[in-house]
Amino acid sequence: MTTMMNNLPAVQAPAGLAVHATGVTRSFQPGRGVLRGLDLSIVPGEFVALLGRSGAGKSTLLRIFAGLDPEYGGDVLVPERRAVVFQEPRLIPWQKVLANVMLGLRPGTDGRAGLRQRSVEALGEVGLADHARAWPATLSGGEAQRVALARALVREPHLMLLDEPFGALDALTRTKMHTLLQALCALHQPAVLLVTHDVQEAVMLADRAVVLTEGTISLDVPVGLPRPRDPGQPPFQRLRTRLLAELGVNEHASVQAAATAAT
Amino acid sequence: MPDHVSASGPGPGATAVADISRAPGAVLAPGAAAFGGAEFTLIRPARARRRQFTITRAPRLVRRAIGPLAAIGLWQLVCSQGLFTSFEVASPVAVLDAARQLADQGVLQSNLLISLQRVTEGLLLGVGTGVVLAVLCGLFWVSEDLLDPVIQAFRAVPILGLVPLVIIWFGVGETPKVFLIALGCVFPIYLNTYAAIRNVDNKLVEAGRTFGLSRLGLVFKVILPGALPGFLVGLRFALVGSWIIDVVAEEINAQSGLGYLINQAQSTNRIDIMFCCLSIYAILGLAADAIVRLLERRLLVWRAAFSGG
Repeated sequence: MTTMMNNLPAVQAPAGLAVHATGVTRSFQPGRGVLRGLDLSIVPGEFVALLGRSGAGKSTLLRIFAGLDPEYGGDVLVPERRAVVFQEPRLIPWQKVLANVMLGLRPGTDGRAGLRQRSVEALGEVGLADHARAWPATLSGGEAQRVALARALVREPHLMLLDEPFGALDALTRTKMHTLLQALCALHQPAVLLVTHDVQEAVMLADRAVVLTEGTISLDVPVGLPRPRDPGQPPFQRLRTRLLAELGVNEHASVQAAATAAT
Repeated sequence: MPDHVSASGPGPGATAVADISRAPGAVLAPGAAAFGGAEFTLIRPARARRRQFTITRAPRLVRRAIGPLAAIGLWQLVCSQGLFTSFEVASPVAVLDAARQLADQGVLQSNLLISLQRVTEGLLLGVGTGVVLAVLCGLFWVSEDLLDPVIQAFRAVPILGLVPLVIIWFGVGETPKVFLIALGCVFPIYLNTYAAIRNVDNKLVEAGRTFGLSRLGLVFKVILPGALPGFLVGLRFALVGSWIIDVVAEEINAQSGLGYLINQAQSTNRIDIMFCCLSIYAILGLAADAIVRLLERRLLVWRAAFSGG
């Protein structure tokens, strides 16, 4: 089932699409649009990385898709079943880990016990089954973010919205989370929109990388590299350089500039 | 090696080797001359530091009892040294004596009980009203706009100034006392709970929304539990305030209660009874504080990881 975000009756998305957004606009100040007629489609099971400079409107778009920002223009069609992982874990501190995973879920045909069971399994998938009865405050940053991931996955979303979910983690934990996320995505096959400003992360994880510039998609490229991906391989680096250039970063030029400045 | 290592700045003792003998606390590290003779500081591990003071290793209850016990000891000392006459200040021993006399007559128990009853009724009424108002104003903009200015205006009215009016309205029975106590509890509860509701992390509310919590679910699972610490702060104020108002209400017109006892003691010049009643208030205050602490420990277990141990 697909939802039109403006509280209109449910409609069918064009066949074979998980996300269909056309002409999306959003401005916080009159005359200064953050999103200016953006078009973006995602097919089911596709992993799309949304890159952009700070303040480009990446998170704004994600919040529109999440249903957290109704003040936009254009048409946005997203699946009803979607889940968000924010940059911060946003676990409810006064609910234990398992209750956080189950937050807002209604028991299905398998009843409350079944819901519990599925939630414990989701925690198991992120390697935290034995933390079910812990308080969030006792978790490390990486653990808390894995709980947030379990909380998203237990909903079996058709669309997963990831808002720089690894941005606050240390490099080592981030690498582990990348591996975990790829495994879980292969297992559950949701469509994913990953908002990030980390080009390496985008090329590592995504099927497709899109760059948001001046309120529209300025570059839309398939990654097309076999998995597991090796950041040392030339095709990986070529794509990385291309995306960085689109973001306004010229690696060689900046190295030269820095060297000149040093001498 | 000296036990204590000073971290003083570039004092005169730090410059020359000969000066060390004059400042036994200071040491020079090997090769200190290379640093121009600057002193070194030994950073002690926490364990070594703690072992020096046995008081920090005593149980919490013991540690918290030391202060009040010392105060009582000082009080007794001042009295037995004759700094005040027994018509000015009653000593702790005299207070205990008075308490025993009153208890033997059954006066203490009955009056304490009636005061406790008034305070409990007033508290329940006041806390209930305060919470309802705080939830209404915290959750709905409309009720905030309509109610908050009125509440703020009422808050500015001195409650004790209402006493004559309350007597006209409710007579001299139990109602005016309970009413005044309730009124005194409403505002601290309202202010703290309302502010706490408004301060609940909007990011959590957003997360709850995206994960399918209904409006009611958000209120009961996210907003109200998040406001609980603020409510407990308000409760502390309310508990203390309720006793203050109780005394005043009972001193002005009453035939029973602790405040009445104090009033009677004043007219018969029994300073020991006055001090006895005041001490009971102090003990009740401590008890109330202990109850809230217990509540906090029970209700805010999830915060345990944040508290400083």
